[in-house]
Amino acid sequence: MLLSAALAMAPQLQTRRRDAAAETENLLGLAAWASQFTPSVALEFPDGLVIEVSGSLKLFGGLENLIDRVKTGLADMGFGATLAVAPSAKAASWLAREAHGRFVKNSQELKEALQSLPIHLLHGRQDIQEGWAAIGVSTLGELLALPREGVARRFGQEVLDEVDRALGRLADPRSFFSVPARFHAAIELPAEIAQAEALAFAGRRLLAQLAGFLAARSAGVQRFVFRLFHREGPSTDLDVGLVAPSRDAGHFTLLLRERLVSLVLREAVRSIVLEAGNVLPFAGTARSLIPEDRTAPGDWPRLIERLRARLGNQAVHSVAVAPEHRPELAQRSVEPGTGQLQLDFGERPFWLLGAPRPIKEVASVPHYQGPLTLLAGPERIESGWWDGEDVARDYFVARTPDDALVWVYRERGQAEGWFLHGVFS
Amino acid sequence: MSFPARLPQELLEHPQVWLGSDLARTRRAGVPSGFPELDRELPGGGWPAGVLTELFPAHEGIGELRLLGPALAALSSQGLRLAWIAPPYLPYAPAITAAGIDPARLVIVKTRSEKDTLWAAEQALASNACGAVLAWLPGAKYAELRRLQLAAEAGEALALLFRPPDTARASSPAALRLALSTAQGRLAVHILKRRGAPLGHSVLLPAMPLAHRKRSSGHAMDRPSLPPAAARNAAARVAFA
Repeated sequence: MLLSAALAMAPQLQTRRRDAAAETENLLGLAAWASQFTPSVALEFPDGLVIEVSGSLKLFGGLENLIDRVKTGLADMGFGATLAVAPSAKAASWLAREAHGRFVKNSQELKEALQSLPIHLLHGRQDIQEGWAAIGVSTLGELLALPREGVARRFGQEVLDEVDRALGRLADPRSFFSVPARFHAAIELPAEIAQAEALAFAGRRLLAQLAGFLAARSAGVQRFVFRLFHREGPSTDLDVGLVAPSRDAGHFTLLLRERLVSLVLREAVRSIVLEAGNVLPFAGTARSLIPEDRTAPGDWPRLIERLRARLGNQAVHSVAVAPEHRPELAQRSVEPGTGQLQLDFGERPFWLLGAPRPIKEVASVPHYQGPLTLLAGPERIESGWWDGEDVARDYFVARTPDDALVWVYRERGQAEGWFLHGVFS
Repeated sequence: MSFPARLPQELLEHPQVWLGSDLARTRRAGVPSGFPELDRELPGGGWPAGVLTELFPAHEGIGELRLLGPALAALSSQGLRLAWIAPPYLPYAPAITAAGIDPARLVIVKTRSEKDTLWAAEQALASNACGAVLAWLPGAKYAELRRLQLAAEAGEALALLFRPPDTARASSPAALRLALSTAQGRLAVHILKRRGAPLGHSVLLPAMPLAHRKRSSGHAMDRPSLPPAAARNAAARVAFA
């Protein structure tokens, strides 16, 4: 039907130009998604996928369960599809195209199932297609009834070969799709969306596709990026980071929703792209036979790595006591998990100031946030005369008027006076 | 004082369900705080795991960390990790060991911004690799705390947030919120929010006043006396250190 004729019948019709490139991209995305069911996925351009499932039936609990999963998955991603099952790839593809998704499970039924399929499914030159009409053959069944030699002579051996492949009499090797290293998928929104939260629906479809892609690669991601494209201006990027690699579409969707809640769109969104670059190996979680009370402890080294990746190596450390009397030298920064000396010091505060802070002395009473009450002390520390950093101090535990406990000392060396050195938090 | 028996148990135990009529029964037992009078008032009998706990010390130095000492010591002796994120000062190893906390189980995370602090706290909570996560968050907003709450629910860690006292009035998704102050030289814990009925009065902790060990003050030797720190009574020390 011409566009003008269609518009004449339905003036409110919305039309779009068919986008072959986008279709191909979607098909490739679906191939990656389908690879979670079997490693043998072949593309049938422009709109078909052939997946070899006989090896996967046991894993997925039988054909019916597998088909259910495929159907649900496709629906989650927002794709419509006709499924067919047959013992040969070509027959399955034909049945999907012409027989509204018939499920043929064995070779005996196959021939019968192919009988009624239209002859134009056979690829061929224009003259061959016209030839079928000339001899009054319109279905595969009618072709199969003809003598093979005659058909081969008139239409060529390729025609018979194609039928034989469909019937499983000839091998039909396919080149299998290999899952790409990165994930990239796009959705063109049917209408522009100005409300951020309304994007969750479209985003969920992309995330379902991502989860399938990751399952196919036995992988997970720790970060994915949504790019929201507007009519004008640069895209709005939503960078979603995860704590641990995952391929749980439900979890992804939850995170996306969290992000969308706080997002204010400066312009309506026309299309969404989901990208995930750094695909990490992820085996999934093994479930225990016995339900556990406590969840398994997480991966400590990985946590340290992640913290360091963002904050820097120096920012993530532990502390250890050192055999040294000068308080500022009695500890050092160490790698997390370093074994410890057991040393006995006096009363020490949880917080040590980076450098002692001079505090006032009023009428021979030290003041910090008011006059201090000395509770314990003095603990005399004299040390370090051998390396020129010698200290001579009397330490006290003191209470501020606010009831905070602090660690102060009176300098006994050259520089007299009171200093705050720690807080008993 | 009994709610209808037909309320499903899952509902009662849901981390976001708050029961006004009674102290909620929590699914998980808390980590005992080491202070029986406080444990009595905490649902689960201790610091709750898998939810946020907010602590609002009136000012620093009143014992806000000493309050956590026994619980942290118990966790570290079980081999669980402790993450201290963005502490206001450098944590001092001699005090940490004296409190019975094994510094080998401790990681200290310095951050440059509050955003990084939130991120690091979320990572530490959701990784489920820690027994307790302590974070100092002066300016966190509701949505950010909500995110942390979700991360906390994913794990089993104590999630203890130190917040300035003026933020105590803002609403928060935390399951437990405690204002800390002093009264008569003792630490007073005022429960602002808990699962269950609110508590009208403050809990005064007897062990918190300065009850320091008798020690001969005098000239310290140049060489610190070696081992028997382990043999020391950690609980008695915690009250002070």
